[in-house]
Amino acid sequence: MDKLVSASAAVSVIEDGMTIGIGGWGPRRKPMALIRELLRSPVKDLTVIAYGGADVGLLCAAGKVRKVIYAFVSLDFMPLEPAFRKARESGAIEVMEIDEGMLLLGLRAGAWGCPFIPTRIGLGTDVLKNAPDLTLVDSPYDEKEWVAMPALTPDVALVHATRADARGVCEIASPDHYMDDLFVRAAKHTIVAVDEVVPSQHFHDPEIARRVFWERNCTQAVVHAPGGAHPSSSDPLYGFDVEHFKRYGELLNEGGYSAWADAFLGDSEVSYQSAVGGLEAIQSLPLPVY
Amino acid sequence: MQFTLAELMVCAASRIFDDEGEVLVTGIGLLPRLAASLAMRSSNPDLLMTDSQSYVLSQPNAVSGLKSHEGQANENWMGFARIFDNVWSGRRHALVGPSQIDRFGQSNISALGGTHQAPKVQLLGVRGFPGNSISHANSFFVPSHSRRVFVEGECDVVCSVGYNNGRLPRGYSFSDIDVRTVVTNLCVLDFNGPNKQMRVVTLHPGVGLDEVQDNTGFELAVANDIGETTMPSDEQLDLLSQLDPLNARARQLKNNPAGIRQTEETQS
Repeated sequence: MDKLVSASAAVSVIEDGMTIGIGGWGPRRKPMALIRELLRSPVKDLTVIAYGGADVGLLCAAGKVRKVIYAFVSLDFMPLEPAFRKARESGAIEVMEIDEGMLLLGLRAGAWGCPFIPTRIGLGTDVLKNAPDLTLVDSPYDEKEWVAMPALTPDVALVHATRADARGVCEIASPDHYMDDLFVRAAKHTIVAVDEVVPSQHFHDPEIARRVFWERNCTQAVVHAPGGAHPSSSDPLYGFDVEHFKRYGELLNEGGYSAWADAFLGDSEVSYQSAVGGLEAIQSLPLPVY
Repeated sequence: MQFTLAELMVCAASRIFDDEGEVLVTGIGLLPRLAASLAMRSSNPDLLMTDSQSYVLSQPNAVSGLKSHEGQANENWMGFARIFDNVWSGRRHALVGPSQIDRFGQSNISALGGTHQAPKVQLLGVRGFPGNSISHANSFFVPSHSRRVFVEGECDVVCSVGYNNGRLPRGYSFSDIDVRTVVTNLCVLDFNGPNKQMRVVTLHPGVGLDEVQDNTGFELAVANDIGETTMPSDEQLDLLSQLDPLNARARQLKNNPAGIRQTEETQS
């Protein structure tokens, strides 16, 4: 089975009002080429679930988002994501702000087909007050109260992996695959963008086979997107683009979404990459050191 | 040896971990991370720490001047999903810098003012604070002790649980909660006052109790044996320069004040 498709064909399955789950973490390994394709599309009213960075910021700034389910939206070295901050402070979006671990449990419940997973997390905090959908339940085994973290079930998951074959076997060679496997398993349909497309024999090496965190029957579409995580990182191939993120912050703070889009988005990934200095420049961005 | 206020705070904060045994220690921010690293290199080599990416280390990485993660003292892989498995076991102690702390030891990093629908200032979001605070020990690092941080009422968004009867979940008691120590630029506090009231334990050299109380939005208890914060030893200062060879710690507090406060007379 050949699952290779263009970015625009891949994201065309996303319809108004859908829920999308986005892999990666803050400024790290975000499926930005797919996000940019969504920005170029007319889709709107999305619910977005993410450990958020510029993915969430841009979708909010572009007016594509009805609701965000998140624990943070941050670029790490720039703690406050400028576009998300503006969207929140203007009251433009609905939110469900929960703990990082609750988000993990919600995706796991979605992946396992459970309606909820009981947890202590959130008890005693404003998470419960601010997310009235979260319900407390009794345990059949003790006298305590428990938070019933509901299943999160994205219609579509978008993730960025290092490599894949055309059948959708995906390798994440980065030091961490984050919660990408959970996003993929919780979603009904998964689109994976990859830096490199490889022949299936690539996975015969058992060390590489260990870097495959979900099975190919969880992946519906593969998009060849070299440099596609930019401006986030795709370790070990390239780091995140600190200078670009600074410019991104300035443009969004000063001129809003259109200032950024006019400067960079373009009508295709090719035009985006030439606006940010070219693929070669992206691929030579140094890896982050923490 | 001369030392700075940042170094005094780091050494005071490192003492939090002296008797913690084999816990995963997480210092968020340069000075908290330096404090945890110092403890791991001196008083408590049994601590576990990550490289802030995906490996647990048996020796902390330097907080400045690190060129690459290659060659670091990896002990085991531990991606972000796996961190929660450790967090929820309780075998962790985090040292974090919240934007607000209230009299209950509750803290806020999510947002300031306004409403939930439209906060006046959106900060980070609750991140892992709710889960951390109901699972394991937490301490706070406050570079600027003021009424803006130590707020009069409750935090604008309560991200972490504290010693608050009004919010105690059913089946829980204060003994299930472990908010341990607060290190500020003025003093060290704990929660061992009456009914877990926040309490001044030591004052930094040259700081008076009135100054601490004046900069705090609620009434503090005072330890019977209140003393002066222990000054860094030469050995600790030496380790700090190894762990932070580029002296990034000098750029964390405004004007990098001296550890022993200069009076106006000695400044002139």
